[in-house]
Amino acid sequence: MFVFTIKSLYKKLITLFFVSVISFLIIHLAPGEPSQINPLNPRFTKDDLERYRVAFDLDKPLHIQYLLFFKKLFTGNLKSFKDNQPVMGKITERFYNSLMLFIVGTILTWCLAFPIGIHAAIKRGFTFDRWTTFLSYTLISLPGFFLAYVMIIFVVEVFNVPVLGMRTFGREGIGFPYTPMDKLWHLVLPSILEATAGIAILSRYVRSQMLEVIGQDYIRTAKAKGLTDDDVNYNHALKNALLPFVTMFGMLLPGLIGGSVIIESIFAWPGMGRMGYEAILARDFPIIITLNFFSAVLVLAGTFVSDLLYMFVDPRIKL
Amino acid sequence: MKDKKSSEFGIRSSELKPINLQSAIRNPQSDDFMPPERTPFQDFWMVFKGNGMAMAGMVILLIFFALAIMGIFTTSGEKPILDPHTVRLPDKLKPPLSKPTIDSVPKENLPSFGIYLLGTDELGRDIFARMLQGAIVSLSVGFVAVGISIILGVLIGGIAGFYGENMIRIGRYNIMTIDTMIVALIDIQLSFPTFFLILTVIALLPPSIWNIMAIIGITGWVGPARFVRADILSLREQEFILAAKSIGVPDLRIILLHLLPNSIAPVLVSATIGIASAILTESALSFLGFGVPPPNATWGNILSDGKKYIFDAPWLTYTPGITILLTVLAFNLFGEGLRDALNPKLRN
Repeated sequence: MFVFTIKSLYKKLITLFFVSVISFLIIHLAPGEPSQINPLNPRFTKDDLERYRVAFDLDKPLHIQYLLFFKKLFTGNLKSFKDNQPVMGKITERFYNSLMLFIVGTILTWCLAFPIGIHAAIKRGFTFDRWTTFLSYTLISLPGFFLAYVMIIFVVEVFNVPVLGMRTFGREGIGFPYTPMDKLWHLVLPSILEATAGIAILSRYVRSQMLEVIGQDYIRTAKAKGLTDDDVNYNHALKNALLPFVTMFGMLLPGLIGGSVIIESIFAWPGMGRMGYEAILARDFPIIITLNFFSAVLVLAGTFVSDLLYMFVDPRIKL
Repeated sequence: MKDKKSSEFGIRSSELKPINLQSAIRNPQSDDFMPPERTPFQDFWMVFKGNGMAMAGMVILLIFFALAIMGIFTTSGEKPILDPHTVRLPDKLKPPLSKPTIDSVPKENLPSFGIYLLGTDELGRDIFARMLQGAIVSLSVGFVAVGISIILGVLIGGIAGFYGENMIRIGRYNIMTIDTMIVALIDIQLSFPTFFLILTVIALLPPSIWNIMAIIGITGWVGPARFVRADILSLREQEFILAAKSIGVPDLRIILLHLLPNSIAPVLVSATIGIASAILTESALSFLGFGVPPPNATWGNILSDGKKYIFDAPWLTYTPGITILLTVLAFNLFGEGLRDALNPKLRN
C-alpha cells in the first residue's frame, strides 16, 4: 500500500516533468518571438527590445530559460509578458471564477446523469431508454458554441434579460440579497452548457455499467429470493455499478481549464479558460505554460486520488 | 419473432432434407454437406441493417458526401453554377428562400435559380453556395486528421504490443523496455489539456488548413494506440501466431497479415467517432478565429461570421450549426452501429 503510493507518486512526477518540458519546448520553438509581437509599434525601439529580452530571460539558452522559468514559478516571481503582473496572482483570481462554474456544472451533471442512466438501464428497450439514447447522442454531437448561441437567442428574446459576464452592468452595490442573486443568474446558462456534454456521456456510461451489473448472477439470486424490484435495483445493483465512478474524478478535474475555453469566451466569464485564450492571442508565454502545467497537475492529481480511492472502495484490489 | 421461434426448435424444416453423401464426398464445399457460410461482411451487414439509428446515420452521411462532391463541381471553375464569392451588397442578410432584388443587383450576379435558398450573409454572398463549398473542407478535415492519428496510433501501438519486451539500451545499460516508454508517452499525452494544446499550437503556427488537420491528427494517436497495443498483447499469445512463427514467417508479415487484421475492429470504430470529434474541433477552432483562413468557407467559418448577427440574421447561426450537428450525429450513430455489428458477441 505504502510502496504503491510512493511508486505511483514517483511515476506521476516523472510524467509531470516531461509534460512541462514538452509544453515549454512547443511554445519556445514555435516561429515568432513574443518580443516581436508588434514590430510596427513605433515606440518599441531596438533598445526596448533588448531590455525586454533581458527582463524576461529570452536572451539566455533554452535550458537555462527552462530552469529559471520554473524557479520563478515556484517562488511566485513569474511575471506576465503583457502587463507585468505576477502570474500566480492572476491565475488564483481567475481560478475561483472557474471553480464556481465548474462546481455548479458538476453538480448539475451528476444530479441528472445518474437518475437518467439508472432509469434507462432498468427500463432497457422502452421508450424512455430509446429517447434518452437518441438525446444523448444529439447532445454529444452538438457543437457547444452553437448550443450557447441558440440558448442566448432564446433567453434574450423570451425573457429579455442580460446573460453575459458575471454581473449585470451598472448594478454594482445593490445590496445583499440582489448581488448574489444576480451572480447566480449569470451562472445559470454557462453552467448548463458546461454540463450538457457531461450529462450525455456520463448517463450513457452509468447505463452501460448498470446493465452489466444487472446481468450478473447475484442479481438473479436476489430476485429469486423474492426481494422487491427497488431493493434489487438500488441496494444490490446500484452499489456495485457505482464502483468505477470513483475513477471519474480523474477525468473531471482537467475540465476546469480545457473544457471551458469556448463557453467562457462566449459568456465573457472571467475564468481560466478565457484567460488562456487571451494569453494565446497575446502570446503571453508565461501564462500559457503555467496553465498547461497547472492542468497537467490537475490530471495527474485526479488519477492519483482515484487510484487511492479505488483501493479503499474495492476490497478486491490488493496491492 | 419468426426467427426466434425457429431457433427455439433448433432446425428449420428446410434443413431436414437427407444429406446427399455422394455429392458431399465429391465436393466437400457443397451446400449439402456444410452449412451455408456467410462471409464476414454479410455477418456484419445482417446485424448492422437491423440497427435503425445506424442506418439513418449512414444514409445521412451518404447524402452529405454526395452534396460535398456536388459542391466541388458546382462552386468551382470560371463561371460556377452556384457562386460562393459573388458579393451583392444590396442583398445582404436576406432570410432563407427570399428572392433577390432584381433592380439593384447586376444581372450577371443574380443567383442561379432566382432564389437564395438559405439566405445571404453580411456581404450578400449566397449561404447555400458557401455551405456547399465548405462541405468538402469540413469533411476532409475529419478524414485527414483521423487518418494521421490512425497511422501514428497503429504504428506506435503495434510496436508496443509486438516488440514491447525489448530493452532500450544506451551503451551497456538497460534503460527501460519499449513498452514502458510507450505507456509513459501515452500518460504524457493524456496529461495535456488537448483542446488548449491544439489551440496554442495552431495560434503559433501560420494559418493553414493542413496545419489544422495535422495538429488534430497528431494529438489523437492515443486512442488507436491503446486499442492496438491491448489487442496485439492478447493475440500474440495465441496458437495461430505460434504456428506462424514456427514455420518461419517473418515478423513484418505476422504483424501485417495476422495481427493487425484481427485488431482493427475497435480502431475502425474509434476512427468513425474520431472523425466526428475532429469535425467538432475544427468548427470550434474556426469559431475562435483560428480556423481555415478566408476566402475558403467552412461550416465553422460561416458560423463564426454569423455570430455578430445572431439577433438580426439567426439563419447564419442555425444553418451551419444544424449541418454540423447532423454530420457529427450521423458519424456517431454510424460508429456505434459499427461497434455493435463488429462485436462477435452480438451476432447470430
